[in-house]
Amino acid sequence: MIETRNLTKTFKHGNIETHVLKGIDFRAESGEFIAIMGRSGAGKSTFLYQMSLLDVPTSGEIVIDGEHTHAMNQAKRARFRLFRCGYVFQDYALLPELSAIENVALPLLMQNLNKTKAFSRAYEALEKVGLGHRLENIPSNLSGGEQQRVSVARAFAHRPKILFADEPTANLDNESSALVMNIFRELHREGQTIIMVTHEEQYARMAGKIAKIDDGRIISVTNNG
Amino acid sequence: MFPRFTLNLRIGFFLATRQIRRTSPWTTVLIISVMVLTFLNLVVVSGMLVGLVQGIGNATRKEYTSDIIISTLDNKKYIEESANITSLLGTIPEIDSLSRRYVEGAILEANYASRKENEKPNTANVQIFGIDPADEDAVTGLAAHIIDGSYLSSGDYDQIILGNHLLTQYILIEDPNLATLDNVGVGTKIRISVANTVREVTIKGIMESKVDLRSRNAFMIDTQFRNMIGRNDRNVDAIAVLLKKGADPVAVRDKLIRDGVTAFAKVQTYDDAQPKFVKDVVKTFNILGTVFGSIGIVVSSITIFIVIFINAITRRKFIGILKAIGIRGQAIEISYIFQSIFYAVIGSSLGLVLVYSSLVPFFLSHPIDFPFSDGILVAPPKETFIRMGLLVLSTVVAGFIPARMIVRKNTLNSILGRN
Repeated sequence: MIETRNLTKTFKHGNIETHVLKGIDFRAESGEFIAIMGRSGAGKSTFLYQMSLLDVPTSGEIVIDGEHTHAMNQAKRARFRLFRCGYVFQDYALLPELSAIENVALPLLMQNLNKTKAFSRAYEALEKVGLGHRLENIPSNLSGGEQQRVSVARAFAHRPKILFADEPTANLDNESSALVMNIFRELHREGQTIIMVTHEEQYARMAGKIAKIDDGRIISVTNNG
Repeated sequence: MFPRFTLNLRIGFFLATRQIRRTSPWTTVLIISVMVLTFLNLVVVSGMLVGLVQGIGNATRKEYTSDIIISTLDNKKYIEESANITSLLGTIPEIDSLSRRYVEGAILEANYASRKENEKPNTANVQIFGIDPADEDAVTGLAAHIIDGSYLSSGDYDQIILGNHLLTQYILIEDPNLATLDNVGVGTKIRISVANTVREVTIKGIMESKVDLRSRNAFMIDTQFRNMIGRNDRNVDAIAVLLKKGADPVAVRDKLIRDGVTAFAKVQTYDDAQPKFVKDVVKTFNILGTVFGSIGIVVSSITIFIVIFINAITRRKFIGILKAIGIRGQAIEISYIFQSIFYAVIGSSLGLVLVYSSLVPFFLSHPIDFPFSDGILVAPPKETFIRMGLLVLSTVVAGFIPARMIVRKNTLNSILGRN
């Protein structure tokens, strides 16, 4: 369902070139929950950004649902992200002036759903993450764990093909981290494809597969029991 | 294409309303205050400049021409058939009152009794108006302009009212081209030479006028003055006509023209009779006002540009997030355009209310006392709305450019704060 072929990413700073991804071949099937692990600077987040079309690789191919994404222009990539991808960022990435329900409803409105339908779907998503009582709170009035749960609700409310999560528990305490990971597990059970970058072993074990990256290459892909 | 734009409009509006609603009230107040001041700068500066000149026109109308002025044809010495014209004027219901004026050039001489043989006579050229004091006061309110002594009454033979610019004591800066009378005041006897007649009269009052021309005129009662100039047929040189409140001077002028008055006299509204230089000055001040206004628009555009640019720069991460979750760049740009429109429209509307509910009425009742005019604030609604439209338009452009600059940046770099 998502496949990368010989994916590379090189950053240039003046004359200095840093090769962060050095030819990654990777495949995730529909409905899989894959954790990407690796030490700091291994290239795991960079890999996630390329796969999730937030960045453009230096070379190689990314095929999602049979579509070759390297041929897409910016507008098409944006449309692809809107309809097919969901994102959870390490620092929640909520819009500070929107309430919890507005944050979740925004991508749905952009999908041209009418306001009633968009807000009803946003409400369902927030109920699912246990925040049905915090709909009108703006992010600054929510705890870190609650903000991340809003972010997760925003990521799956529009029923994306793939949910990408970049270190979703890195800023959270144990209790909040467990809550977020339980939501991921629940979504996975319902058939949601999830690709998550983490450096926490205990949460990686909740995924079906663990892909380990080191020095810009995938060094192992293992199935969790 | 069109449904996509409509969707972007909808999302842009959604984002803009939330951002405005939840932005700091102080920021909102500050931006709106800048817009109000810019609007005032745009409307009031040019309005005061034009008002200054319009004040000259208003003063000329009030103190000299009145609503309609009927005057001697260029090739005639006086208005022929003055009596018939006066009768015709009496039949027009819109006319409130009129003042028939005999006008003749004269030389005033002072200090002749004490003048030594080798001394230059102290003279001044003047136009003397022979008037019915009550009629002239009804039309131009001349009595109220007396600053020393008293106004004429119908039996005041050998009495004269002088405009203050004929007297040296009232001239602040001496003009070698304008001769004035020295050491004269109320009660002083002066000599008049007019139409081969020399007569000694007493100064009964001194008048002051905002109309420079009027300040160098002199006034005597018509019954004596017409004898002095030999106008025994009672044909006058000018008739100033005051209309009833609400009457249209153009309509009355046109009626007089249709009735054939122009065969014997020039018929002009106060506007027609305005000297060309006043009209030129109005045009010039209008241009100056537009120039100042344009500078105001540029300043406001730069202000809004900076405000939106700082806003967009500090929100760069969130703009990146919006793009990451699939919100189109155009929708984000539109959200900034809506914010600019909001600030510009609210600021301009408050400015409009301030101009029409406070400033215009205030300056009408308390005009600025310039030596040559009562300065008022002129703000014709049509021009004001054009300026408001320009302000909104320039603000929209100034809001759009920085938003576009930030939106075009790489999505991931924006989210991660990389340059």
